[in-house]
This record gives sequence, structure tokens and C-alpha cells, in this order.
Amino acid sequence: MSPRASSGVGNLIARKEVVICAGSGGVGKTTVSAAIAAGAAVRGKKAVVLTIDPAKRLANSLGLPELGNEERRVEMDADGELWAMMLDAKRTFDDLVDTYSPDEQTRREVLENPIYRQLSNAVAGSQEYMAMEKLHELHQEGNYDLLVLDTPPTRNALDFLDAPRRLARFIDSRSLTFFRASTKMSMGIMGRGTGVLFSVMKKATGVDLLKDVAEFFNAMGDMTDGFRERAERVDALISDSRTTFLLVTSPRAAAIEEARHFHRKLQSEGLPFGGVIVNRMREPVRAEPAPELDSELAGMLDEKLAGKVARNLAEHRLLAERDALNVDRLGERLGRKPILTVPELSGDVHDLAGLAELNTHLFAPGALQR
Amino acid sequence: MLDKRLVYVTGKGGVGKTTVAAALGLAAARAGKRTVICEVAEQERITGAFGHEPAGFTETEVAHNLHAFSIDPEQAKQEWLRHQLRSGALAGLLNQSRIFQYVTAAAPGLAEVVTMGKIWELAQLQRRKAEAAPYDLVIVDAPATGHGLALLRAPRTFANIARVGPIKNHAETIHSFTTDPKVTAVVAVALAEEMPVNETIDLERRLADEMGLRLSAALVNGVLPERFTNAEAEAMASLDGAGSTAAREALTAALRAHDRARSQRSQVARLKRGVEAPVSTLPFVLTPEVGLEDLESLSVEVERKL
Repeated sequence: MSPRASSGVGNLIARKEVVICAGSGGVGKTTVSAAIAAGAAVRGKKAVVLTIDPAKRLANSLGLPELGNEERRVEMDADGELWAMMLDAKRTFDDLVDTYSPDEQTRREVLENPIYRQLSNAVAGSQEYMAMEKLHELHQEGNYDLLVLDTPPTRNALDFLDAPRRLARFIDSRSLTFFRASTKMSMGIMGRGTGVLFSVMKKATGVDLLKDVAEFFNAMGDMTDGFRERAERVDALISDSRTTFLLVTSPRAAAIEEARHFHRKLQSEGLPFGGVIVNRMREPVRAEPAPELDSELAGMLDEKLAGKVARNLAEHRLLAERDALNVDRLGERLGRKPILTVPELSGDVHDLAGLAELNTHLFAPGALQR
Repeated sequence: MLDKRLVYVTGKGGVGKTTVAAALGLAAARAGKRTVICEVAEQERITGAFGHEPAGFTETEVAHNLHAFSIDPEQAKQEWLRHQLRSGALAGLLNQSRIFQYVTAAAPGLAEVVTMGKIWELAQLQRRKAEAAPYDLVIVDAPATGHGLALLRAPRTFANIARVGPIKNHAETIHSFTTDPKVTAVVAVALAEEMPVNETIDLERRLADEMGLRLSAALVNGVLPERFTNAEAEAMASLDGAGSTAAREALTAALRAHDRARSQRSQVARLKRGVEAPVSTLPFVLTPEVGLEDLESLSVEVERKL
């Protein structure tokens, strides 16, 4: 028997093909992403979770080797299927070059170019770019009902959106034209303005750097159109109504602040925002500190321990109330968009059983608050 | 640690790097060091923590001997260009060029390398502007582990790309400063949880493998008090289901606090086994927003432990 498909987070992902889990670091984004995909699989869908850097124990339990760049089926008892992949940014980039190289020589020239090697390997932003690329590729192939992207941890909320655009712009043909002209190294061929500009740039960077850059762009040659079109299609995909962004946050003040910032940016970019998942909420306590409770505890335990239990309760209450307050503050900003809260579980989630436990909250009927 | 010229604070997202950087800064300032805390994020937090308005790309004194500064890569780039070309006019020419703007705004890694360049400049005894007073210590509130490492690596990356020329020379100078253990220390902030501990262990390994750097210290933030003994927990657990609803709630909360403290303890132990760097703990702060008083007491703690 498969559980009701449309409870809790199920409501937010119904009729969606792409779910992008975004949020600041340390809030449990990877775990929530994996849980959503697992939950969809239990509900009969063929779902895949794309993750960047899962905790080793979670990766192991999902059967992911350290650096695979292909989806793998995760063994689980479900009507649908759960697949997972761990993204390798460099491999994805190399694969793209393979796809767009007109011939073997170009392919080799690009792959061996020092600029390309640094670009694909070491540079911040390429991971984000490649995450979006892979998402797009899997969506094009159409083998899955649901794609869940666990976005890379970034300090600035939407880096993972801006980075692909920046990188695509860098490879864009307009800068290409300029650098191609510069290889001719002749003021006569370049316009006069460009010639002056180029000589100033040379002074700032050194000739070899410019030459390498020019060679890089030359080697990229006609590929750049492919890259640009692709970046445009990625943009189209993430703005599509079949896509939804879920913000994952913890209820702590700093994370909530980040989530509000994030929400504003999603809105200003006109991206489809589905709702917020607040992870690790401290469970509310109904019991109030009272003399009767103190004396009841003192009757059950020795006096010193009873005192500690009472103080612990007061502290827990304070923290739980603060969590609730922070979530309310976030809610005020969201308009009619839902918030879903998940209580702090007793241990770290690092296996399928843990994901299933998380899902009893994520997919719980009535879990959405508006 | 406070005798270095540069302390680079990184760690997994959400572990409290900014708080630790601020506490370190206070400790250094108290020890008589003219100190600057340098942020590299879009959102500025240090000035606010000390009750000041955001100051951006301006060195601002937020407490006695303690300054705050937030690096905007665009402004850092322009400053670097003016310096590199030794001419405001030429730099202006480049900056007016749409093509140049376009390429540099998009060039991957350029923002990182000019950011590192500015951090390096802050740490020099001879500042770029003659009127700028030198600092004894620069504390960087760096991005989370992966990006933090990429930022630290950026000068080397650029030096490799440039091979020869002024960029290469400048990038090499920055790289040798930021990887010299005599002047630079890297501090990891963690929480006593599975993933932050893994990431810290991984960070130490990657620092060594990728940069030949040693992790100077690991600080575990937000460590809960060990309020209950195991015997007390057993006594509470044996009361299973007894008492009023309120009493049961209180006991459940106590047992969970005990579990959490115990799990934290084992994570701290795992971190100690997993890294060569000395591991210290900082207590969980109960107040909603870490305020000045909390920073003061954390800074005393940091000073005592490092």
C-alpha cells in the first residue's frame, strides 16, 4: 500500500518535475533532499537526488561511491525507484566539452588548455554551474519523474544561480570576439579603441596570460554558442512552472535571516518558490515551570537532580519558544506560501531508516502551515 | 596564535565562524594588538555585532584596538588596478571599457584573487596607502570549508594560469604569505555533530594535500553542558511513564538533553582522534543573538584555550 501522495511536502512537489532545495550551510539540506526523493519513490515515483557532498555515512547508505558522476539505484522497498548521484564538477565539464567539440583536435586543445584546467578544477563557481548543467541534462533525458537537486553550500544565498550565468557569460562569444582579435596582436586589425585597451590590459596582466586566454577562447571557438544556448535552457528550466524551489532552513536566528534574504532574491528573480522547510525545530513544551511541578519532581527524584530537571525544562522551553518565534517572523514574509516544520530528531540521519523517520514528518498530513 | 599576522577562520556553514572570528578579534585587541576582522560575504555582520552601522569597504574601529572591514570584490579589483597600473587615469580607462567590465565581472576566480590580494594588503606592515596604519593581526571570517579552501587557493590558481608577468608575481607573493606557517594560521570552527566533524577532518587533510598547510586549531562551538550523569539518566529513565504530563515532559526533555550532550561528547572525541590540530570547545550560548557580553566571555574562553 503506498501512502497518500499529497500530504505535507507531497503537496509542494505534486505535478513538479524538478525540486531545488536551497538554503544556507549546515541546515540539513542534503538530508532533506535525499528524504524527499526517497519519499517520492515510496509513493510510486522514479526519483533521483543529485547531491554534491553528502556526509560519508549517508553516501555509503545510499550506495554512492566517493566520486561517481552517474546515477545509481538505491536498494529500497518502494513502489517507485530511488536513484542518487554524487556530482563530479570536473567530469561534468569535461563531458560538456566532449559534447560540443566539433572534432577530436579541438576537444584535446580545450581539455589541455591551462586556463580550462584551472577553470574546470579549482575555480569557485564551476561546481554550481555544473550542478545546474547536470540537472538540465537529466531533465532532457527524461528518465525520471522527479529530480531533486541538493544545491552546494554557499555563503551568499543565490551564488549557485549567479555562478552559472557568470561562467556562461565568460565563455560567451562577446568576450570571445575581443580575445580572438587580440591574438592578431596588430593594432591595425583591431579598432583603435580596442588596441589601446588591449595594451593597457597587457600592462595589468602580462602578455602570456592574455595569450593563454586568447588561445582558450580560440580553442573554444564555435563551442561557445553551444554553451550559451545551454545556459539559456538551464535558465528556462529553473524558471519553469514544473520546477519548484524549496527553502531549507534551521529555526536559529542566523539561518532564518539568511532564508528571508534568499526568499527576497528568489522573488526578485521571478523564480518559482514552493515553500519553506524548517528543519530541527525544538519540540514545544506545554509544561510550565511551577512550584507544583518542582515538588512533584522532588518527590520522584533526589532534590539536586529534581532541580536540574526543572532548570533543564525551563531552558528547553526558552529555546523552543525562540525557535517558534523565529519561524513566525519568517512566516510574516512569505505571504501565503507554506512553512513545514520538522522536529529535531534524536540522532543524526545517516541511513534509509533515518530518512523514513524524517519522512513521517515531511510527508505528514497537515504538516503544512500557511 | 595571536602572534601571527593572519588568522583564517573557516569551517562548515552554520557553525558560528563569525562569532568565533569576533571573539578572536576581541582577545587579540585586549592583548594590545591592533586588529582587523575582515569579512568576505555579501552580508556584513561584524559591525552589527559591535553595535555599529555597516561600514563596507572602510576600515572602521568597532572597539578599542579592534577594526572591522568587509571586502567588496569590485572595489578590491579597482584598488588593485590603480595600484598595478600606478595610474588612476589608466585604471579609469579600463573601468570605462564595457568589454573590460564584462570580462572581469565574469572571469571565474578573479573576485577570489583580488579578495585575497586585499587580505594580504591589510596584513602588510607597509600599507598601499602611506596614511593607512598597519595592523598587528588580520582575522579573516572566511567562507565555508569548500569555498574557503578555494579562496585560499585562488592566488596559486591564478599564478598557475598567468605563468609569468605582473599578475603571476603578485599572486605568488600573496600565496607565499598565506601559506607561511610563521605568519598565517588556519582555524577550523566546528559543531559537535557528524557532518561538521567530518568536514573538519577533511579540511585538515585537504589543507595539507592541496596547500602544504597545517591546521592550527579546531574549535568546537556550541558545546552543551553535561548536566546529568549516566546514573542520573538511568534513575530518570526508570521512572518511565510515571507522574503528571508535565513531569513526564520534564523528564523526557532531561533525557534528551543528556543524550545530546553524550552524543556531542563522542563527536568531540572523534574529532580529537581525527585531527592532529589541538581541539578545544566553546560553550553553547543561551542568549537569542550573541551579544557583546557573550562575545567578551567567549573571547576570554578562546584566549584561555588557544
